[in-house]
Amino acid sequence: MLEIDNLSHVYGGGTPNAHHAIEGLNLSVAEGELLCIVGPSGCGKSTLLRSIAGLITPTGGQVKVEGNVVKQTPDNLAVVFQDYSRSLFPWMSVADNVALPLRRRNMDKKQREDAAREALESVGLEGAARKYPFQLSGGMQQRVAIARALAYRPSLMLMDEPFGSVDAQTREDLEDLVLKVRGHHQMTIVLITHDIDESVYVGDRVVVLSKAPAHVVGDLKVDLPGPRDQITTREHPDFVHLRAEVGRLVRGHATV
Amino acid sequence: MSAQTLTSIRPASPAIRWSRRAAGAVAFAALIELISRTGLADPEFLPPATEIAGRAVTLLADPAFRAHALTSLLAWAIGLAIAALVAVPLGLLLGSVPLVDAATRSVVEFLRPIPSVALIPLVALVIGTGLQHRVALVVYAALWPILYNTMYGLRGVDPVAKESLRSYGFGPLAVLMRVSLPSSAPFIMTGVRLAAGVALILTVSTEIVAGRGEGIGVFIFFAGIAVPARMADILAGVFWVGLFGVAVNALMVAFDRRVFRWHHVQRGEEG
Amino acid sequence: MRRGGLRTAAFRVAVLLVLVVAWEAATRAAGSAFFPPPSTIVERMHAMWFSGSPATLFLTDAAVGDILPSLGRMALGFAGGALAGVVLGLALGLSSRVYDYLDGVLQFLRAIPPPALVTVFLVLFGFGLRMQLAFIMFSIVWPVLLNTADGARSVEPLHLQTGQVFRLSRTERLLRVVLPSALPKMFAGLRLALSLSLIVMVFSELLPGTTNGIGFQLTTAYVTFDLPAMWAGIVLLGVLGYLLNEVFLVVERRVLAWHHAAQRLT
Repeated sequence: MLEIDNLSHVYGGGTPNAHHAIEGLNLSVAEGELLCIVGPSGCGKSTLLRSIAGLITPTGGQVKVEGNVVKQTPDNLAVVFQDYSRSLFPWMSVADNVALPLRRRNMDKKQREDAAREALESVGLEGAARKYPFQLSGGMQQRVAIARALAYRPSLMLMDEPFGSVDAQTREDLEDLVLKVRGHHQMTIVLITHDIDESVYVGDRVVVLSKAPAHVVGDLKVDLPGPRDQITTREHPDFVHLRAEVGRLVRGHATV
Repeated sequence: MSAQTLTSIRPASPAIRWSRRAAGAVAFAALIELISRTGLADPEFLPPATEIAGRAVTLLADPAFRAHALTSLLAWAIGLAIAALVAVPLGLLLGSVPLVDAATRSVVEFLRPIPSVALIPLVALVIGTGLQHRVALVVYAALWPILYNTMYGLRGVDPVAKESLRSYGFGPLAVLMRVSLPSSAPFIMTGVRLAAGVALILTVSTEIVAGRGEGIGVFIFFAGIAVPARMADILAGVFWVGLFGVAVNALMVAFDRRVFRWHHVQRGEEG
Repeated sequence: MRRGGLRTAAFRVAVLLVLVVAWEAATRAAGSAFFPPPSTIVERMHAMWFSGSPATLFLTDAAVGDILPSLGRMALGFAGGALAGVVLGLALGLSSRVYDYLDGVLQFLRAIPPPALVTVFLVLFGFGLRMQLAFIMFSIVWPVLLNTADGARSVEPLHLQTGQVFRLSRTERLLRVVLPSALPKMFAGLRLALSLSLIVMVFSELLPGTTNGIGFQLTTAYVTFDLPAMWAGIVLLGVLGYLLNEVFLVVERRVLAWHHAAQRLT
């Protein structure tokens, strides 16, 4: 699905204050996987995401999505940014925000409206279609952003710290929402976070990045029993163990 | 328009931007030169840039032109100064005493939309067409931006700062002088800067409509109605007026940045 | 809150009435030819412009001859200048490099007081309508252009990236992302342009070679020393200026509803 091969990126290359964000990063993600990427803040997670999305051209190595080298944003890829207040368009209603990307999908107006309504329903916002983003709470705005990505029916969804700007309760609700929609839509998800608990709770697999220049320092399979639950999963011994393992890797005290 | 221009707008360094501005100005002048020299436009209507520039320089040495320019400068400066002296105290009064504001609001709302140039003939009849004519109109037009910005600035004064001063036993006048006036000063500055531009428009308008005496507007107007029209004179005059406007604006912006740096930092306008 | 607003409004109207009565009394007492009483001015406005037959909406021939040409000039000049300003401003705002190159020249052109250029248009077009329209358009295009370019440059980068991620075409990005982002500043420029267009319209009519319009009516009153007619023209322009601004505000409030509402919340 996604192949990252020896990726490097340098900001301001050739100048004295050049910043090496990523160096020699290799990673592959299988079809249908939900991969969480964790790392210390400022380690180049966002640079990695922007390279996958084709928003920046990496200075070295390459990214392949479904076998094709990424030069611009791949066709079946959607992104949910952290800052919902700046990624939703304030001049459009919620429904129009969700329907906007569908203009590239050869759908007529009716089909676009239906798809938008369906996507809003799946995130529990069927009543908010006619509202404007500023009339919604932060958590609801992020749901709109997720609905917009879902309506687009991507085969790969990238989420850049999607719950970094909401309160703790909303955060848990949104984590469960991601797990739920993932069951309904066949897609691969790459979720970037700095929250260790979150990565273990949501992911099938957790990849840990080093601090900048980022490369992979740990790759753990998350094998937790049953459907995940905010209370029982988090007290499961495997969860506790994995969380500690990821925590050590993030802090640079690898024991494995 | 490449794909990049729609995706990332990264500002260049100041040095690069200044050199680009200069290059743009040179290219603009070269374009005028080319259009005129190749006969694409009749040189009678659009003289070459070098001729306009040459004329602009010789005009500076011409005592008659200098007298025109000085007269305009005087009307502009006196008018702007009187407008500031009237509008700032008036704005402080209206902005800090709600009763006075409510009482005069309707008058202000009625007077402001009158386009100032419509008063040119009336003022000419009442006080004649000398310097006082131009000054009166400049005052009237320049009053509004200063008045409005002063009132606007007062509305944004931090109430906590006012209350803390009041809690130390300072009276309303002390609060006005120590908190309200300094914190609305940047807005007053903006008002004066806008008024300076309006004042220049009114100076030139009044001179042209009155059509006699001295003044840069009179100079430009007579160059225009001469047969054949002296286009190089017109454009050289326009050049000096425009340059004056740019210079005044730039000076005021620089002054504002330097003196009211705290204000702009507070509003997150610079790093 | 609403009651308070109503009371303030009533208070303002009362104050205005008192002031008009005082003005009336003062002008009658002074008996100056330069300052006719407001009742005389209003009577004159009515007699000159608004005593026509119901078929012409009570407008007289003089009103049709004075007001309509002025409004027509202003509307055409404003529309042309605003359209050019918006289109050029958007184009300019899209490239920071082109913006840098033209910034100096444009700031210079904007700083030229429009009346100084009227003679240039006189020489090019002679006295008359073509000169007036070109002059109005050229005068108002700069504030619209520079404000629009400024607005287009201040597009939120994440909005652009979102448009890019969802593969919107260039036209869609321009119309649905860049243009709406530029609207608030564009409207600030258009509002400046509106009041400026009233000023330069009157100015262009004060020049010789005009045969109709409110400015021409003012000139006529000036040469015939008809002060009530002159005051009537000034009051009419004030009312027009007020109404135009109100209409503009209504349009702006509709178009920028999302912007104002979002700003109130932050």
